[in-house]
Amino acid sequence: MAICAALLHVLLALVLAPLLLGIINRTKALVAGRRGQPLLQTYYDLAKLLCKGAVYSRTTTWVFRMGPVVALAGLLLVLPMIPLGGVPAVVAFQGDLLLVAYLLGVARFATVLAALDTGSSFEGMGASREVQFSALAEPALILGLAAMAVQAAQALQAQPLSLTAIYAAIRPETLPQAGPVLLLVAAALAAVFLAENARIPVDDPNTHLELTMIHEVMVLDHGGPDFALIQYTAALKLWVLGTLLVGVLVPVRSGWPLVDLLAGVLGLGILAVFTGLVESTLARLRLVRVPQFLVAASVLSILALFLVLR
Amino acid sequence: MEWIVCAVMVLFVGGLATLLAGRRVGLACWLGPASALLACGLMFGQSLLVLARGEIVSLRAPWQVPLGSLRLSLDPLSAWFALLIALVGGLSAVYGAQYLRHQPHPQRVARSWFFFNLLLASMLLVVVARNGVFFLVAWETMSLASWFLVMFDSQEARVRRAGWIYLVATHLGAAFLMAMFALLGRESAALDFNALSATGGTASAVFLLALVGFGAKAGLIPLHVWLPEAHPAAPSHVSAVMSGVMIKMGIYGLLRILPMLGPPQAWWGWTLLGLGAVSGILGILYALAQSDLKRALAYSSVENIGIISLGLGVGLLGITCQCPAMAALGLAGSLLHVANHALMKSLLFLGAGAVVHATGTRQIDELGGLLKRMPVTGLAFLVAAVAICGLPPLNGFTGELLIYLAALSGIVASPRSADVSWPLVAILAVGGLALIGGLAAACFTRVFGMVFLGEPRTAPAAHAHEAGRAMRLVLCLLAAGCLAMALLGPWVLDRLVPLVAGLIPHDFHVAAEAALASWRTALVAVAAAALVLMGLVALLVLGRRRLFAGRTIEQAGTWDCGYVAPSPRMQYTGSSFGAPLLAVFRLFIRPRVRLDGPRELFPRRASFESHLPDVFVERLFRPLFQGVAQASASLRWFQQGRIQLYVLYIAVTLLVLLIWKLG
Repeated sequence: MAICAALLHVLLALVLAPLLLGIINRTKALVAGRRGQPLLQTYYDLAKLLCKGAVYSRTTTWVFRMGPVVALAGLLLVLPMIPLGGVPAVVAFQGDLLLVAYLLGVARFATVLAALDTGSSFEGMGASREVQFSALAEPALILGLAAMAVQAAQALQAQPLSLTAIYAAIRPETLPQAGPVLLLVAAALAAVFLAENARIPVDDPNTHLELTMIHEVMVLDHGGPDFALIQYTAALKLWVLGTLLVGVLVPVRSGWPLVDLLAGVLGLGILAVFTGLVESTLARLRLVRVPQFLVAASVLSILALFLVLR
Repeated sequence: MEWIVCAVMVLFVGGLATLLAGRRVGLACWLGPASALLACGLMFGQSLLVLARGEIVSLRAPWQVPLGSLRLSLDPLSAWFALLIALVGGLSAVYGAQYLRHQPHPQRVARSWFFFNLLLASMLLVVVARNGVFFLVAWETMSLASWFLVMFDSQEARVRRAGWIYLVATHLGAAFLMAMFALLGRESAALDFNALSATGGTASAVFLLALVGFGAKAGLIPLHVWLPEAHPAAPSHVSAVMSGVMIKMGIYGLLRILPMLGPPQAWWGWTLLGLGAVSGILGILYALAQSDLKRALAYSSVENIGIISLGLGVGLLGITCQCPAMAALGLAGSLLHVANHALMKSLLFLGAGAVVHATGTRQIDELGGLLKRMPVTGLAFLVAAVAICGLPPLNGFTGELLIYLAALSGIVASPRSADVSWPLVAILAVGGLALIGGLAAACFTRVFGMVFLGEPRTAPAAHAHEAGRAMRLVLCLLAAGCLAMALLGPWVLDRLVPLVAGLIPHDFHVAAEAALASWRTALVAVAAAALVLMGLVALLVLGRRRLFAGRTIEQAGTWDCGYVAPSPRMQYTGSSFGAPLLAVFRLFIRPRVRLDGPRELFPRRASFESHLPDVFVERLFRPLFQGVAQASASLRWFQQGRIQLYVLYIAVTLLVLLIWKLG
């Protein structure tokens, strides 16, 4: 039963991930008083892009063509290792949290190199910012997960170093005791979620040619099916990091994996709405402020560690 | 053991024979590498045998030196390092055979091969020596042989300067080692390793001396200052050996001495952990700032030595807080990282050598677009760059994963112990490794991106040519090695069990071995994930090819935002790529910027300069040595240069001694 729910989660992620982007965009439109694009717009875009040919810069090499492929492969491999709240991951082993973090790193590495392969100073700028911010987000993510692991160990009296065990240990009945730690970690994970998915207040997914952008500028030269892969990878990344956050914030552990799955997916939808609200109400930070934002996330994770290890 | 003796003999005889070749470069470049390769084959076979069977081979012979004895032994710990010497040494020799052939200075080639063989032989003797005096002799031979190799291009002033710094640093380090052996051997008749031991305060003093002596060789911050000078100055196959294995001799020395000191104290672990985290973070930040390709790689060696030391620190803390999983995983992780780093750093240096060979420059900002001109070198360099960032599917991840797991298993179990502060372990080890990983990704996307991708920034880069066949072969072999180490991770971990057991106290051998066996699954999963990742990539590539079949694929210029005449000089450079990250950390590394902006009504010229001086040279060693020099100068009145005065000193001394003895 649990394994069925886990497989179903992977399937749902593959199918529904682009919908999250649609929900975010629709929310932003509604807040701004517009009707906005259809919820399924990302799917239409993907279908359209997949049917196109491609134009490659003469400067580029195979690294440019491999960038989107490797990034997608990395994300596809992460999916079966991610639990959604009470729904276990398809594969769980001690230390999978690090493999997940580093596979996201592989995807980023490939994207950055593909950007540098064009020889454009725009894309070089985006790549430089991407590595800068992700280097600062990495400790926040891993230390946050470490704090949750300790919390889970104290609840379970076991050694939970797999994501599935860590998330299974978050239960409604332990919340009064574990609440403060989980809240701190959730705040840190939320910051990582916004930064890594190129969302406001770190990056603006809507600007294409402005000197403040990060992710969008890195993929400026990709087109056609390559760009479809990039869009889809971005959607999957939103799903994966969103799952890590929703697993903390939605402590539904009913014992019925399908109910947990439903709660988790609903949670992801709400997270998407919330992301849209954040994007509508916040301004993007100045670039020099972004490191402070990310360091603050790391500090929250460290605080959580101090709280749980006191 | 006969094989090891044979290997040393072959290296010596081969080295001497190369010297006889004189100016005949072709002959020297055949004799030297052939003997090195043969010896490395012998070394490799013997070490692999010892590791596979877990047995110890040894040899004893009389030696007429006070305190000395000719005791050699190859246990799993020695075999692990000997294996790396053989692997990196042999492959670098093959590479060097082609690399040195086209040198403008034929008279230096034979000499260089002699010292190369001597370096390999002395490193081998360092790891098999079981006597302090013999160890020190081998150690000094190693330092001097590598010094002669560094001085290959001694007509250049900066090479002579680098050599000078290296000579000073290595001898200061050796002085600490002599003091260490003197302290260790106070109570024993000979300096044989099995007779050496220390306890209590002496043990702590020995630890500190070993940390300085061996840390200087390994390149731990703040003792790293010679490393970024000496490694880039040497020919690339020598840099590969120095950065790949020679600095690891410092780690070997520490691991050899630690069991002699009895149960470790917590502050030793903290020191190694703290120094490791600082070396890792500052090392990679300095690497990110370098404009010289080989200098960046040298600083990245400092970073990786930091990771190794961090793992050792976690392991020692695991021993002090009675946490077997933490101890075993920390030590195993850092030993694994020693081997992984040997493979990937030698590959990086050899790849950089091919670039220097092809373009004649080491400046990152003068290169670019080399992947099209040197496809094999570029691919091998990319493999090493991914590996050194600790990213799957390559080997760098396995060692770092074990160190992470060591720290996490300790924190998660968090046994209440008075002298271990768990949040600090978490911040230094887990947070430190995470930050190092992120910064390493920044550093190596920069290095690979600026050197191999984009458009060539200068004419030499545009006219670069691929490396020769032997050099390409070595690069491919090392790249395959990086992948193999990741896939064979679980098997390698099994081989590490006796090494780890030798480093931890007897009372939790069983628990530590059980811990390693149970954590083996993580490496199995990583190996499986590596295979699946490569399979997924292959599938997606095939799918992409199907999708593109029959469609129009066009070529055009890079999107230039409507700018009329973009030129390669407008590309983002290595300095601009790294600048924002360095600005975040400016509190710690202090880049020096000189801006001569446009002034007056009709400005004529403007310039901008930025460079990053090593804080430790400027703030620590320069004042320190100046202070020592001043203190010594204040004693100068003592030496008047008159013989009568000196006779008076002697007479007074004798008188004082006489009074002291009689009184």
